[in-house]
Amino acid sequence: MSQNKIKFDKKIVLSFWIILIALIIAAPTLLPVFRLNLLGRYLSLSIVALGVDLIWGYTGLLSLGQGIFFALGGYCAAMYLQINSSSEFPNNIPEFFALYGVEKLPFFWEPFKSPYFTFFAIWIIPALIAGLIGFLVFRNRIKGVYFSILTQASLLVFFNFFNGQQKLINGTNGLKTDVTLLFGQMVGSESIQRLFFWLTSILVIAAWFFAKWVVKGRFGNILIGIRDDEPRVRFTGYNPVIFKTIIFSIAGGLAGISGALYTVQSGIVSPQFMTVPFSIEMVIWVAVGGRGTLLGAILGAVFINYAKSLVSEALPASWMFIQGGLFILVVTALPEGVLGWIQGDGPRNILQRFGLKRKIETYPSLEINNKEQNHE
Amino acid sequence: MELLLDSLFNGVAIGSVLLVAALGLAIVFGLMGVINLAHGELMMLGAYTTYVTQLIFKLPILKPFYNSYIIVSIFLSFIVSGVVGILLEKTIIRKLYGSPLETLLATWGVSLILQQFVRSVPLAYGTGLVISLIIGLFLPTTFSLKIKESINFKYFKFSSWIFAALTGVMSGSIISSSVSKLSRASARNVDVTAPSWMRGQVEIIGTAFPKTRLMIIIITLISVIAITLFLNQSAWGMRIRAVTQNRQMSECLGISTEKVDIITFGIGSGLAGVAGVAVSLLGSVGPNVGGNYIVGCFMVVVLGGVGNLLGTVLASFGIGIMTDLIGAGRLLSIWPDMPLPISNTINFFATTSMARVMIFALIVIFLQFKPTGLFPQKGRMVEN
Repeated sequence: MSQNKIKFDKKIVLSFWIILIALIIAAPTLLPVFRLNLLGRYLSLSIVALGVDLIWGYTGLLSLGQGIFFALGGYCAAMYLQINSSSEFPNNIPEFFALYGVEKLPFFWEPFKSPYFTFFAIWIIPALIAGLIGFLVFRNRIKGVYFSILTQASLLVFFNFFNGQQKLINGTNGLKTDVTLLFGQMVGSESIQRLFFWLTSILVIAAWFFAKWVVKGRFGNILIGIRDDEPRVRFTGYNPVIFKTIIFSIAGGLAGISGALYTVQSGIVSPQFMTVPFSIEMVIWVAVGGRGTLLGAILGAVFINYAKSLVSEALPASWMFIQGGLFILVVTALPEGVLGWIQGDGPRNILQRFGLKRKIETYPSLEINNKEQNHE
Repeated sequence: MELLLDSLFNGVAIGSVLLVAALGLAIVFGLMGVINLAHGELMMLGAYTTYVTQLIFKLPILKPFYNSYIIVSIFLSFIVSGVVGILLEKTIIRKLYGSPLETLLATWGVSLILQQFVRSVPLAYGTGLVISLIIGLFLPTTFSLKIKESINFKYFKFSSWIFAALTGVMSGSIISSSVSKLSRASARNVDVTAPSWMRGQVEIIGTAFPKTRLMIIIITLISVIAITLFLNQSAWGMRIRAVTQNRQMSECLGISTEKVDIITFGIGSGLAGVAGVAVSLLGSVGPNVGGNYIVGCFMVVVLGGVGNLLGTVLASFGIGIMTDLIGAGRLLSIWPDMPLPISNTINFFATTSMARVMIFALIVIFLQFKPTGLFPQKGRMVEN
């Protein structure tokens, strides 16, 4: 992977941030409610994409099961909301239980009465489960494709479990959140949704900085080392299992936060979040945006989903063709993703082809002006 | 005794569907190291081929042979899926050897396209397209050596593709005008009805077995035997095994690895088509039919040990019998007065979906003890 990164002027960076923050504050007034809600959802998806980028782009673990952690986060949030707005229903338990003749709240719902517990559960439960699955898999040195297949199998385990348990968590119907109450207001109402939009934007930026911090320094170097040559990392005295488990549970926690934000903005959490295609889509957002570039993951998630909703509105049948074509195109022609291509040699190659830039005959680091490109 | 037989038969029936579906994957994944997520969609193509064959055999000319359409469709499905697989190998997968994760993503894209293809293209024209693919890919190989070596070979190739395209368009419009069901695109599921000699049941030792299930077991048996013979007895089978063991060395000894790749992938994909025939006998056929099998197939291959057909066979029958034992709650009827907590647990898992949960969990636990499956490949690599 190319290490050439464009360094920006401090002024440009500062003005970029000011514009970004201004846009976030102004978005609710600029955009119609429907579009704002979509944008908020897609921003929350970009958090799970960051997690995928951490484990796939930096550590080389292609997980096809991020949907598990995404849905778990969503379920945690939805359970809290459901249970706290169930005072007018019989037995003080959420309404759907009456359909299946359940009178007593299942035991694992109890802690979700507390907002503090829920706040931590949203990211700790997915992280713990990810850590457990990861540890069991990595301990046996199962890696590469086998890891992908195993995560996909675990995804199906969770999907079938949540799909089949009507009496515990409303099975295939999922849990609705938009008619529940938060701070005495409907979650689906405009004012709460606006709050969620701001919360999501802040959390995306926070997650971005967090991910940047994770991949910086020694820890990040080991992750990249694992991606590029794991046996060598092991022979140098590091235990890859620990690092892989940590990064996998970090990605799981990010997926949980993302799932919770997505759930409260889309109004429902259901086992559909754990279907195989959705988890693979998460990977393709990162692949298109540029794996190994954190910003690429965010932009990929937002833009692909936006394109998806626009294309599906106009030509419903063609999205599958476009998506499939995108997969093939990115993998065969742009393996570094769009952002990776821009940061790498892509634009230079095109300019060279038209004779606008001098051809490099030796090494880029010798010929390219250091001011323009900072080679690490 | 009857119960045991019943359970065994059901398990073998479930297992044989898994086995015939996983067989092609075991070859592609085990021998080439290619993760083909479009395998399920190649099965789907096989199932649709069966449907199209069935409708074509209802035409007045072929009506007398209607009862044999299922046999014909096995071969046709093999060819159709095989050709689509070869096309896939020639265009995409060839570029991605050595990077399995990329292959996984690209083939997922292919599977999306194939799914949408059967939804939005009328089956008649789909058939025409496949026919032109078959002609275009195979006609140039039948030319005499003199033409093949001449400078103008590319023009011959080009004209054979034009001929193929014309034939495809013609056959597509003939089919679409004669079979009205195939002339419109539809996303709805279609049904394959078994011919009359395959309906009903057979009695073996006092128990009734459905004939379609027996047919699937026979198809599976024949495919397994054929593929074992091919790999172990034929010259190309030997070359395939050689390339699997050591690609560089085989290339040095003059084996065309390119041809080996095409043949291996074609056969693996073709077997997916045969599996599609079996699947079409079990229920209705839709664009998503392959997706139900793909993860199960991968589990079979991983559990059996990659690159080992015996392991694949054992793993699929093992999974089949376990699914039946857990899913139908058979332990309860064998041992009716077991303690309450155990029987409650067994009841909890006694549905098809919960049985799947249990099976996958058991497989993950099993892999904790034998990470490389039942029959691991031996080697001294650091990676292993």
